[in-house]
Amino acid sequence: MTENIITIKNLNAAYQEKPVLWHISLDIPKNSCTAIVGPNGAGKSTMIKTMMQLIKPLSGEVKINGSKDKHELKKIAYVPQKGEVNWDFPATVFDVVLMGRYVHKGWIKRPNAKDREMALEALKTMRIEAFKDRQISELSGGQRQRAFLARAIAQDAEIYVMDEPLQGIDVTTENLIIEVIRHLQQSGKTFVIVHHQLDTVGEYFDHAIILNKSLIAAGAVETVFTEENIEKAYREKVN
Amino acid sequence: MIEVLLVLIVTALATSLLGVFLVLRSLAMTTDAISHTILLGIVLAFFITNDLRSPWLILGASIAGVLTVYIIEVLSKTRLIRPDASIGIVFTALFAAAIILISKYAADVHLDTGIVLMGEVIFAPFTRTEIFSWSIPSALLQMSIILLINLLFIIIFYKELKVSSFDPKFAFIAGFSTTLIYYILMTLVSVTAVTAFDAVGSILVINFFVAPALTAYLLVKRLATMIWCSMLFAVINSVSGYFIGITYDLSIAGVTSFVAFITFIIVFLLNPNGFVSRKIRSLNQKREFNRAMILMLMNEESHQSLTKSEIISHFHFNAGKFDKHMKYLIFNNYVTRTNEHYTLTELGEEYTHYTREKYDLPV
Repeated sequence: MTENIITIKNLNAAYQEKPVLWHISLDIPKNSCTAIVGPNGAGKSTMIKTMMQLIKPLSGEVKINGSKDKHELKKIAYVPQKGEVNWDFPATVFDVVLMGRYVHKGWIKRPNAKDREMALEALKTMRIEAFKDRQISELSGGQRQRAFLARAIAQDAEIYVMDEPLQGIDVTTENLIIEVIRHLQQSGKTFVIVHHQLDTVGEYFDHAIILNKSLIAAGAVETVFTEENIEKAYREKVN
Repeated sequence: MIEVLLVLIVTALATSLLGVFLVLRSLAMTTDAISHTILLGIVLAFFITNDLRSPWLILGASIAGVLTVYIIEVLSKTRLIRPDASIGIVFTALFAAAIILISKYAADVHLDTGIVLMGEVIFAPFTRTEIFSWSIPSALLQMSIILLINLLFIIIFYKELKVSSFDPKFAFIAGFSTTLIYYILMTLVSVTAVTAFDAVGSILVINFFVAPALTAYLLVKRLATMIWCSMLFAVINSVSGYFIGITYDLSIAGVTSFVAFITFIIVFLLNPNGFVSRKIRSLNQKREFNRAMILMLMNEESHQSLTKSEIISHFHFNAGKFDKHMKYLIFNNYVTRTNEHYTLTELGEEYTHYTREKYDLPV
């Protein structure tokens, strides 16, 4: 019996009057690498944001490690979409990666030498230590994504939640990210990734959630990632 | 008179410190709103205490400031109106309420519109406080306390301010209340604005908050450096503003604000990554590309020797542009001219290879 690290029960969410997530119940197994796929506007980002309590659902609940406590959120490393932060912010790559350590510091306490060391390690893992003193605005798209992932690694979280990390990046970075994910998965981490390329789902992931406002299917890739389910999720509604 | 300068510098430091985070969070216009609506807080607190020097006025002003921020937030969050419109409608309404109250019930109270808008730092030494048997301007004491509070706030909550300004969602997950940080910041902005009110007024104070930080923003790549730079510009602006104002008998706060604008423009135009150097770089690049294009065309097998009209019609150049580039190419021995025909020299060929390598073009 596999242990579930995230359980979602009867989740409904809406923006203004429009429902975005409709009656969703699913489990994400511990140590899995789960893809969330679905067409634009299917509620993929909304779902991961509700998991992290960034969006309040209309009803239903999300439990992490069986608990709804806000402290469980610290076990999540969130890699947002590239456009979601201010890239002109006066911070170096190292500064951003060091922020990953803030999670363990609480209020007021500053990061110490150990934290710096871990941030540097994370930079090395993502092979961007050469850029550590660059301002983040000087990075290319792929380097930005690496910096975000390095921050997540520095955080040393149990669960990595990523919103389209492979969107618009170079092949080298894509391969590196996948390699790092595999490596971290072997050491027991769980990955939940919003993914937009259907052709690589089978190759990169072992679990999948297929979504279009309501849940189409969730489970092991071999069983749920079928043509029938994809067709169901992506079928255009003709009015 | 040195006291006037001190009041000005301390005011500029206190405001420019918070300004860093106002600029980074795009809150310049919210600051504008606060600096006006605190007047309503002042007026209401005055009705209760009947004393224009009462410290309760500061409390009234901060409540008004925070309330302004809150109403703006609530309105914007409905998504029925845009944040800028929400700022515009809220602060003018609260400011108007203050004006109505003043004209109806406090017409005899001395509230000079000029001072409300621009302040008069030159009057600061007239109101004095005794501290350890030292007589210092009250404004200097008050402003110094505010400066200390702002400084402590930034030192103690540096990490939280940084992460919540850069990536609020991450800050939330990491367990930091971004709302709390935001409201503490805006409370301090209100308190600072009201304390600076006598010295620099409600309009110019916005400049004191925003201009040094904005100038620093153009130059730095780290938050800590931005804070230092912002403070440095605050001092530079105040000192120059003071001396120019004194020399030519002008409003000191007015001159300081204008100097701040000049400093900003100079840095904007002339910094290593600024407007002028960017323009020059892009012009140079364009010129280099044009020349490289000509050389590459001549490097092709079939175009070893070309006439002016052939090159012009190939690139759709005008004659002036052609002459300018060709003059450079011939001067540098990349191209030779025999009669009407232009041919590539050995050096020109080398340069073409170098360009291809530099820009990673296929050979």
